[in-house]
Order: sequence, then structure tokens, then C-alpha cells
Amino acid sequence: MSKKLKNRINEVIMYVVLITIGIIMIYPLIWMFFASFKTNEEIYGSIALLPKSYSFQAFVDGWNAIGGNTYAVFFRNSFLLVLPTTILTVVASTLTAYGFARFNFKGKKAMFALLMSTLMLPNAILIIPRYAIFRDLNVLDGYGPFYLMAAFACYPFFSYMLIQFLRGLPRDLDESAYIDGCGTFKTLTHILLPLLKPALFSAGLFQFLWTYNDYFNSLIYINTVKKYTVSMALRLSLDTESVVIWKNVMAMSCLAVLPVVVLFFFAQKYFVEGIATTGLKG
Amino acid sequence: MKKKKLFSRDNQAYLYLLPWIVGMLVLQIYPFITSFYYSLTEYNALTDPKFVGMANYIRLFTRDKEFFKSLTATVTYAVLTVPFKIIMSLFIAILLNKGRKGIGALRTIYYLPSLFGGSMAVSILWKIMFMDDGMINAFLHSFGHETISFLGNPATALPTLSALEVWQFGSSMVMFLAALKQVPQSLYEAARIDGAGRIKSFFSITIPQISPIIFFCIIMQTINALQNFTSAFVVTQGGPVKSTYMLGLKLYNDGFLFMKMGYASATSWIIFGLVTIFTLVLFGTSKFWVFYGDE
Repeated sequence: MSKKLKNRINEVIMYVVLITIGIIMIYPLIWMFFASFKTNEEIYGSIALLPKSYSFQAFVDGWNAIGGNTYAVFFRNSFLLVLPTTILTVVASTLTAYGFARFNFKGKKAMFALLMSTLMLPNAILIIPRYAIFRDLNVLDGYGPFYLMAAFACYPFFSYMLIQFLRGLPRDLDESAYIDGCGTFKTLTHILLPLLKPALFSAGLFQFLWTYNDYFNSLIYINTVKKYTVSMALRLSLDTESVVIWKNVMAMSCLAVLPVVVLFFFAQKYFVEGIATTGLKG
Repeated sequence: MKKKKLFSRDNQAYLYLLPWIVGMLVLQIYPFITSFYYSLTEYNALTDPKFVGMANYIRLFTRDKEFFKSLTATVTYAVLTVPFKIIMSLFIAILLNKGRKGIGALRTIYYLPSLFGGSMAVSILWKIMFMDDGMINAFLHSFGHETISFLGNPATALPTLSALEVWQFGSSMVMFLAALKQVPQSLYEAARIDGAGRIKSFFSITIPQISPIIFFCIIMQTINALQNFTSAFVVTQGGPVKSTYMLGLKLYNDGFLFMKMGYASATSWIIFGLVTIFTLVLFGTSKFWVFYGDE
């Protein structure tokens, strides 16, 4: 067998493997979409991917499902929680990263070590005292805890990510700006921010994604159904009915993942670059 | 410009770091310390904590029948998911790195599930797919296989949750893919001239070259796996017979359902202990296999 033919066969095998595993990977998501159109009988005990008939009734019924509150409320809540959290995270992390990456001050080493150790500090150990703190601050049952954590840069991952990014930018840039009489803040906003844009965008995307997907923290900090996020509403829809109409739940699950999927397809480049750089420099 | 008079350039850093310093003190260090204090108390979140010494820990280890199940489930989950996730993402990344056509589309497909993280939608999806009369069992029936009670059998419930986690290997795959592109081709050529085969160069070039990223992924994924909550909460509710009652779930139930926050804090310190042990062991092994080139 010639070497060329052998390479060709290897390549074909490789693609067969990649595509087969790819189909298995994506199948549950496609199934979820089509399940929105299926009756419970079709979902139970059937392998057919496609439903017998298409009707958007499940989207309508699911949307209005939970006692007086439609998913319009839950989506609004999710965005009310996620968008300010994301913006605050990006702002606070940028300031933190700037402080660490561009200044030499007393205690820097120790403080950086602290930042790095919080990176590995499990959320589980902080959750109860934080709950008590937020209760004393009177911000429970709302999005206050999320905003406060973001505004005070309690997501060390993003500070770290932006520090790595800033370190990669040549220091001459801002030093010459400083010599020209540019203050440190102006240096940040006029010189560094334009260069940081892709990194800020990546950080924002990930924070959006993680906060949107988060369930544990919302479950702890939010109690009133009126304030529920989409994740919490989905969970609730499993509890409230004695017989769960799965197609409604699946229809709402499809809508729930939709913002994430749309965001991903519009900003794929930033996702991939964001992951790649943080990992590589870790 | 006024600030410049008050602060030397370098000391202005404290201004930029102010939010972080406050957050660090109030929302990280202070909770960290109080968490330990709470773990030594009886605390129901309504009245002041009452100091009870080591009683919570003693109870965990001697009287709480759930605890060892929780501990086993948590450790098993981490040990099941992390290696599989790493191997899958490495395997796919290597294949994708070799391919020429359609790589972008395939990469997207592999990455897609990890977008949803521990989200509610995919947890519910998993529950429906793995029900006794769900889609997976219907598939098995079509091959004449009898029903497997994935979520009803203690032996299969935890692996089913693990499968959900492994399904989301996309982000480490993207990291590996980026790392693979950085490996200098000259190393492979040199190895080929020295007569090294593919497998040899995989273990003596590829793995060492990308080992820092592998290490980073293992650490982060282990920390996450030890705290898993959503899937256990939604898909199995910790059952059957507590076989998926992971520590994260126990923490939530004890602390926020039964309002035994002192006791739950003790559980959280067990999670912290596990994270510490795993991290230390991994760092210990790192000198044998993680290769840091000079930067």
C-alpha cells in the first residue's frame, strides 16, 4: 500500500470518528428541540427524533405556565440579574487588573498571592457567611448580592484573566503616555482600554454565560417567584404540576438556552480566544 | 490630576485596587474565617450562633449516616468525571488538530454542550432522556436490550450524572487545541529523524509540551467537580438511596432547607479539605510530569 493511500485512509477514519462522536454530542440538543413538539406519549418510550406533528402550542402553554407569571417576567429577571452583574464584573476586574499589572506598590506580591488563592477557594465554603452578610445588608431576595460581588471584584478569575492580558501588552505604550502628562486613569481609558477590548469582551461573555446558567446562587439569594430567573422557573415547572407536560418544559428549556446559543454564534471568536489565552497563560 | 499630588504614581494602584481590597476583606477573607467559626457552632440563621466546639465535625464522622455516602459520591464523581473529560478533550483536540476541512464546524459542535455548564435546561434534559421510559431506554429496547433504570439504580445514577459532566468537555478541548497549535513542528521533525514513531512522539513531545494546560484543566475541573450541585439536585435529588447525595447538595439541604447552618458550615469545610487534598496531591505529582519551558 502506498504511503499516500495509507494517509488517505487514515484521514477518512479520523473524520468518521470525529463525525460519529460529534453526532452523539449534538444529538441531545437536537432531541430537546424536537421534543418541544411531542406529546408525553411520544417522549415516553420512543426513539423517533421527529414529532408526528408540529404545533407551537407547547411554547404558548409553557410560556404562561407558572401561576400568574409568564416567562416574559423570568427572562426580564434573568437579564436584570445578568447584565448589570456582567458590566460591573468587567469594570471592577479591569481596575483590579490594571492595579496589579501596571504598578509596583508595597505589598503587591502578598496581594497577588491572595488573589491567586481565592481563584482556588471553593464557593461552597463562603456561601453561608455570605448569605449572613447579605441578610445583614438587607439585600436578600433580590439581585443585590450578585451586583455587590461583581462591583467588588469577587470573581478572581476575570481579574486574573485581564492581568494576564495586560501583561501581554507592551509597557512602553502607557509609560510614554504617562511621560507625556497623561494621568494613570487617562492612560487606562485612552491607551489600554482600546487594546483590551477583545479581552474585556471575552470576560464579559463568560461572566454573562456563567451568571445566566447559574442556579445554586440564585436558589440561595432569591425567594420570591416574581423575582425568579429562567433557571429557577424551569425548576419550578417540574414541581408545580402533578403530571409534568414535558413538551412545555422542553419548549421553555429551548428558549432558555437560546440567548446563550445566539451569543455564541455571534461572538464565537471571542469565546475561543478567551478560553485559549487564559488557559495558555495559566 | 489632583490625585497625582497626593499619590505617587505607584501608590495610585491602591485606588484602582480599592474595590478589590474591600471585596477581598469583606466578601472573601471575612466569610472564610466566619465559615470556620460557624462550623464550631449551632446556628439557625435567626438567633446568634451558639458555640459547640468540635461537635459538628464529630457528628459528621460518627453519627451522620449520610455523610460517608456524600463523601463517597463526591469523590467518586470527581474521579469519574475529571479523567474522562481530560482524555476526551485531548483525544478530540488531537484529531481536530490533524484535520484540514470542516474543523471549525466540528469544533463548534463539540464546544456547544459546554456552553450550558451546570444549567437547569440540560439537567432537565438529562432527566428526561435517562428516565425509565425515556429516549435512551427506547434506544436500548430497539436493540432488544431490557430497561436500565439509570436514575433508579444506585450503581448507575452517579455514572449518569458523570456523563452529563463529561459531555461538557468542550472548553478544555478548545484550550488543548490552542496549546497544540503552539507546539513547534520542528520538535516532531527532529523526533522523526531520530526514528521516533507516532506514539513515542506523542508521549515525549505532545504531552510534555501541553502539560501545563492539562495540569491547569485538571485542577480547575477537580475543584468544580467536588462542588457539583445542580445536576444532583435536579436529575436525581441525591437519590436513589443517597448514592448521588454529593456534599454540595448536603450542604444546601442542611444549611438552607433545615437551617442547620453551623452543621452545613462543617460540611463546607470538608469540601474545602477535599479540594485542598486533591490540589496538594496534584501539585505533588506535577513535578513528575508537568513540563514548564522557560518563558
